[in-house]
Amino acid sequence: MKLELLGHLILTVAIFGSLFLFVAYAVYFERKVAAKMQNRVGPDRVGWYGLLQPFADILKLLLKEEIIATQATKFVHTLAPAISVIMAFITFAMIPIAEGFYIADINIGMLYMMAVTSIGVYGVTLAGWSSNSKYSLLGSMRASAQMISYELSMGLAVVGVILITQSISVVSIVESQTENILYWNIIRQPLGFLIFWIASFAEANRLPFDLPESEQELVGGFHTEYSSMRFALFFFAEYTHLIVASSILTTVYLGGYQIPFQSFLFPGLDGWWLVSAQILTFILKMCLFVFLFMWVRWTLPRFKYNHLMELGWKYLLPLGLLNVVLTAGWLLIYDGF
Amino acid sequence: MIVDILFYITALVAIISGILVITGKSPVTSALSLVLNFFCIAFIYLMLEAQFLAIIQVIVYAGAIMVLFLFVIMLLNLQDDQTLFEKFDLKKGFAVLLTALFLLEILYILPAGTNSSAGVSFPELGTVEAIGKYLFSEYLYPFEMISVVLLAAVVGAVVVAKKKVD
Amino acid sequence: MFEQYLPVLLLIVLAVAFGAGSLLLTGLIGPKRPNQVKNSAYESGMEPVGTAHERYSVKYYMVAMLFVIFDVEILFMYPWAVQFRMLGLFAFIEMILFIGLLFAGYYYIIKKGVLEWE
Repeated sequence: MKLELLGHLILTVAIFGSLFLFVAYAVYFERKVAAKMQNRVGPDRVGWYGLLQPFADILKLLLKEEIIATQATKFVHTLAPAISVIMAFITFAMIPIAEGFYIADINIGMLYMMAVTSIGVYGVTLAGWSSNSKYSLLGSMRASAQMISYELSMGLAVVGVILITQSISVVSIVESQTENILYWNIIRQPLGFLIFWIASFAEANRLPFDLPESEQELVGGFHTEYSSMRFALFFFAEYTHLIVASSILTTVYLGGYQIPFQSFLFPGLDGWWLVSAQILTFILKMCLFVFLFMWVRWTLPRFKYNHLMELGWKYLLPLGLLNVVLTAGWLLIYDGF
Repeated sequence: MIVDILFYITALVAIISGILVITGKSPVTSALSLVLNFFCIAFIYLMLEAQFLAIIQVIVYAGAIMVLFLFVIMLLNLQDDQTLFEKFDLKKGFAVLLTALFLLEILYILPAGTNSSAGVSFPELGTVEAIGKYLFSEYLYPFEMISVVLLAAVVGAVVVAKKKVD
Repeated sequence: MFEQYLPVLLLIVLAVAFGAGSLLLTGLIGPKRPNQVKNSAYESGMEPVGTAHERYSVKYYMVAMLFVIFDVEILFMYPWAVQFRMLGLFAFIEMILFIGLLFAGYYYIIKKGVLEWE
């Protein structure tokens, strides 16, 4: 199905709205998953099974007092959470959710996502600097050093995929994976997938790599001095990163919206039915990764900072280089030089 | 039409942010204005259909080099006012000289370039495919030199900082 | 041609509106009862000692510096990767050389112990 410009604009608004809902419910889902794993009940007061809890939380945070410490740099202090949340949201622009259904398909799509991710570092760095508090600054230095280190491995892992696809456009990456599971990049690029997946944990600042906000030593890390909606925006950005990272993993390595063996299993599917089925497939795959992120968070303990930096620089970076060389070499042999 | 309006808005923001870089009170404000300036330039590249260049501008300048700048500012924590307004010295004189030369250059180009404004674009040259094709055939030697330069940069960075570590 | 970027611009506008809107709203409807203790920096209940803007470990600077260099190197791989099947063996050897030099720099860093965090 092909969309006109107006269709893409409407889709943009729709995606933004659903992203908002998904993020709100990711928080709820995480609390429920954590509760189940620790044999608790989790939120169950607001609405049916606590389903209105996310909105109650947003409302509560909106009504809280804004505390801006006297020693803080006011303008930058306000700017930082906004940067975080904006960058988290606009990463989604290149991801197709069904055949022909995307906000934009630009032939540098993967690089666009890398660029937006690298700008996201500013939110964390500026939050720590502008707060002018020791915990915040230590947390933000740790966070930014960690994020830029793992960005390298992420970029290298993507090179392997691009070698196979011969295009940086995200839509071509999805199309090249076809409905045959054997052509999905998780099979063609297992090492690249592993590197990218581990790096996404560090980029999203999640356990086992959540050192920037390790409660026991740094209180809240870079957002120690934030309250009300300013804090909520950081929180929102964190869960948007979770959704977006899962979507990118789905798109790049798990065939995106492709329904496995669709022409064999559902040969008659077309038109809007096909689009709906593809969107559903995309959401299911994304939720799988979201759940994996949560499962890991409530299972593994935290890394030490030196181990974290060593993993990034001494293992993932050389492995990423190896992956690029191996992929290119294999392609050469496959093509017969 | 829309592209023209967007161009003028972007150019205006670029100039204002450029001025803010040199008039900013604290180093962080200057650095942030510079980031905004880089975004404007990237946007202008995009309008000229040089997509790869635009994205590189954002990834390398805004996403990497300015992060390094911010790190340096945060690590050193120079007191704002005492460092930015230092006395006139050789470095400043040199800067004035370079700026004057650059201004002369612009004045020289300006009359010739007015009829080839922002409308000119080479969509087939700006893509990453075209850059890959030329970089690895015609411009192979410069490409290999880049790796040597970057190697020198790695060694230089370690040597300079290592003195302070030990 | 430029039209394809318009939806991205719309998404950016929406995201900025959300960020700015919620910051404005909370400032408008939240209570404002500041006092000196509430507005001081958080230091686990102690009175804040000195300023947080002190000099930090040069390690962080090293990480950022090396990040810039390696980032540039990796970006050079993208045009190569896109055209790889057309360029073939010769470009592959070129890239092996490039990665070899990159790895030499990397080896030097490891040997110098720059990335050792104690």
